[in-house]
Amino acid sequence: MNDIAKKLLKDVTGLEEMPKGAYNIRENSKTVVRQSSENIEIVGKEDKSGIDIIVKPNTKSESVFIPALVSCSGVHDLVYNDFFIGENADITIIAGCGVSTGDSCDGSEHNGIHRFFLGKNSRVRYVEKHIGEGTGTGKRVIDPVTEVEQEENSYMEMETTQIKGVDSTRRFTKAKLKDGATLVIKEKLMTHGDQFAESKFEVDMDGEDSSVNLISRSVARDYSRQTFISKINGNTRCIGHSECDAIIMDHGVVSAIPEITANSLDATLIHEAAIGKIAGDQMIKLMTLGLTEGEAEAKIIDGFLN
Amino acid sequence: MLELKNISFEVENEKEILKNVNLTIEKGKFIAITGPNGGGKSTLARIISGVIKPTRGKITFCGEDITDLSITERAKKGISFGFQQPIRFKGITVHDLINIAKGEDLSALDASHYLSEVGLCAKDYIHRELNDKLSGGEIKRIEIATIIARDTALSIFDEPEAGIDLWSFNHLIDVFMKLHQSKEKSIVIISHQERILDVADEIIAMVDGAIIIRGAKESVLPELLHCENPENCAYCHDIVEA
Repeated sequence: MNDIAKKLLKDVTGLEEMPKGAYNIRENSKTVVRQSSENIEIVGKEDKSGIDIIVKPNTKSESVFIPALVSCSGVHDLVYNDFFIGENADITIIAGCGVSTGDSCDGSEHNGIHRFFLGKNSRVRYVEKHIGEGTGTGKRVIDPVTEVEQEENSYMEMETTQIKGVDSTRRFTKAKLKDGATLVIKEKLMTHGDQFAESKFEVDMDGEDSSVNLISRSVARDYSRQTFISKINGNTRCIGHSECDAIIMDHGVVSAIPEITANSLDATLIHEAAIGKIAGDQMIKLMTLGLTEGEAEAKIIDGFLN
Repeated sequence: MLELKNISFEVENEKEILKNVNLTIEKGKFIAITGPNGGGKSTLARIISGVIKPTRGKITFCGEDITDLSITERAKKGISFGFQQPIRFKGITVHDLINIAKGEDLSALDASHYLSEVGLCAKDYIHRELNDKLSGGEIKRIEIATIIARDTALSIFDEPEAGIDLWSFNHLIDVFMKLHQSKEKSIVIISHQERILDVADEIIAMVDGAIIIRGAKESVLPELLHCENPENCAYCHDIVEA
């Protein structure tokens, strides 16, 4: 792994050395290092590029790291990762992608197709960070697709973060929830320059007392554009909530497009969206505490995306 | 410490909100400003803190002309301003705001001290976001805690009692009395509450953008609260008309 890849690895996962337990690190379309643990097995796919992550039932408090790194320009990476989470397991998955194009005018791209199959009563915390680096004009593109199928009383929490650096991203997340299943998605996004980001969610709550909570906080600066599409179908007694909070700066543009459909009298669905510039009163308040205008703006954005 | 000379503030096509206000606040004084709504009290506080600029006049603070200084520069020189309606922030926690106010990264324990000062159970609030889930009274007390944390030469509070329940209000009086123990620091409180007026060193009454009475509570309070001829009283006449 070269120095660029090591830096990307640290930025994406916080790792400076190989972790204990299970991991699979992918660099420039190839797995460079892989390790399974007693409870988490990682197996390469035979028919296409990617891995299966198989978590034994009742596995507790384990983490698995599966970052993908693109450390040079001209790479077009496509990977299929499937997660099979055994019943009653409780694990954390640290994923994410770092793309560096250096000073090249050639772009690079990483598209990860992730599928999650959560067994009954299992719990997954999925943390994914997207990082883009490079001074050249080469475009850094990350288009992730995530499909989630949750069995009874399973719980999944996804935290996705993309702060600057990625020129174009189209994220599509699809989920189907059975009885008592809960899905929580927290998305943090900042775009700048002329970047574009689209987040599309499509959730079917098929099981009684299932619930979904989609929370998106984003900042669009310069001439960047963002679109947030949340499609939630309540097909039985269930609770769905989506919230899009966005700060626009300079010439940034944000669209929030909700589509909530109650196919049952017992479905409770809510969508909230608030888009606007930083409130002048917020700036004034922090300035009365001694911050400069620039410091106040940075503090408000840092807090908002925290 | 603070001197306002001939301060006026007018908005285009509207009435003059402050009319040639002259005011001196000495070091160590606790001043209460009262008067009917629309009298110019909050505008005066915002002009002192730099939130708005006067149309005319000069402001001197600790011997320095601060008329043209920004909000930030005035804050750094030692002026604090507690808002009448505290501002809410998504994502910024109570701990973050106290750190900003103090100008350093305090431990949760040290930051909690300021919450305890205003009667909030610190462990329940220190990590909470300053969002709309906090009640009006809670966020008001947090606002006061940040002013205490700043510990500046001049602290201005705009109606600190608004939204605070009676039980907490009694505690609030103690908070201001404790702040007033310093002979080096001055407090200005805009208030309608008799009990705050009662503990101030001096009371200023503002009506129609002008200071109409200033004096010790012994002389001003009886005049304010037991007016024998309201119809001819500059302070009371608009209340009577209403």
